[in-house]
Amino acid sequence: MNDTSKFALALGDDALTMGQRLSEWISHGPFLEEDIALANVALDFMGRARMFLSYAGELEGEGRSEDDLAFLRDTREFTNLLMFELPIGDFGQTIARQYLVDAFEAPYFEALCNSKDETIAAIAAKVVKECRYHLRRSRDWVIRLGDGTEESHQRMQDGIYEMWPYVAELFEMPEYETRLAEQGIAVDRDVLRAGWEKEVMATLAEATLSAPQDGHAIRGGREGVHTEHLGFLLSDLQFMQRAYPGLEW
Amino acid sequence: MNAAAALIQPQVPEQVLTALQGVVDPEIPVLTIEDLGILRDVRMAGDEVVVTITPTYVGCPAMVEIRENIEKALGEAGVEAFRVETSLSPAWTTDWMSEAGRRKLLEYGIAPPSPRSVACPQCGSEDTRLISEFGSTACKSLHQCNACLEPFDHFKCH
Repeated sequence: MNDTSKFALALGDDALTMGQRLSEWISHGPFLEEDIALANVALDFMGRARMFLSYAGELEGEGRSEDDLAFLRDTREFTNLLMFELPIGDFGQTIARQYLVDAFEAPYFEALCNSKDETIAAIAAKVVKECRYHLRRSRDWVIRLGDGTEESHQRMQDGIYEMWPYVAELFEMPEYETRLAEQGIAVDRDVLRAGWEKEVMATLAEATLSAPQDGHAIRGGREGVHTEHLGFLLSDLQFMQRAYPGLEW
Repeated sequence: MNAAAALIQPQVPEQVLTALQGVVDPEIPVLTIEDLGILRDVRMAGDEVVVTITPTYVGCPAMVEIRENIEKALGEAGVEAFRVETSLSPAWTTDWMSEAGRRKLLEYGIAPPSPRSVACPQCGSEDTRLISEFGSTACKSLHQCNACLEPFDHFKCH
């Protein structure tokens, strides 16, 4: 795989794992409207995964389709960031992850709209509008739950603590991504850090929540070194194609 | 016709256009693909008709069905050589929805895209509230009218 193919694969894997996790909420949402909303956000991530994985396969040039890449790779070949694969936990944990990711992705995909790779720029232009909408919703939930009842506050705070060690990875780049950023194809993630911190700190303050200060960071997703949770996620996602290769819906 | 309308090459036969005008959105069957702004371009490549469509949301599950419906409509109209292509750029926006489309949505009971206050499609009151950012599909949000109390869908601005 060349650099751009790896980059598209990584963005596709992020979207696929998040879409799969969110879809676990279907029929388990806290109430009907929220169930539908979570499913719709999942759908946005799945659509994004399809576009990036198709493009990664096309660039690779070995005939692998989006389905081959989604269903026929094992954990070590997945390059999603760790935060995206973590279990959904309770609603507070799901919303904590969603907000921390949305707050990164809205400005990230806005910047990626200027990519010199036309396909990546076109996908980013579609995705950014959805990210902004997701952010509006997840921010609202963080504030409502954080500044809500004693229990909702505690669950929201626990969610933020649980997700925080995985934030550092959002701003890190493997070598191929740094090379692509120098060529104007990818975006320097570190440039987005200050804006992200400003957005998140303001929301946490309004939600009467706090962020951990210890700087503990867990990383490895882009190198294919994952948490134990990814294998379980894939066993669910890939079962049908593994048990019945080539099965069509 | 506005700037956002589909580009239709003058050489495209009338029967093709008539067939395409009959293709509707499977989720909101009062809207044609032209009303929605997802029909972008119809042109001839030699003897072949090339229809270009663009997705609304990246994960819109209706795209497959829309493509199949276009193929079915062209086939039934006796068009022999055609293909349907998808383009992503420029990204679809609700600004491309036609005036006729907005009117038909309202009559169907769905509030058309509005960046500010969303008026109730039943009684017209602007005293409404958002219930959920997502309605029955990714392109709609769920609202309720404070005047007549009817819940309703709003086709989101995008």
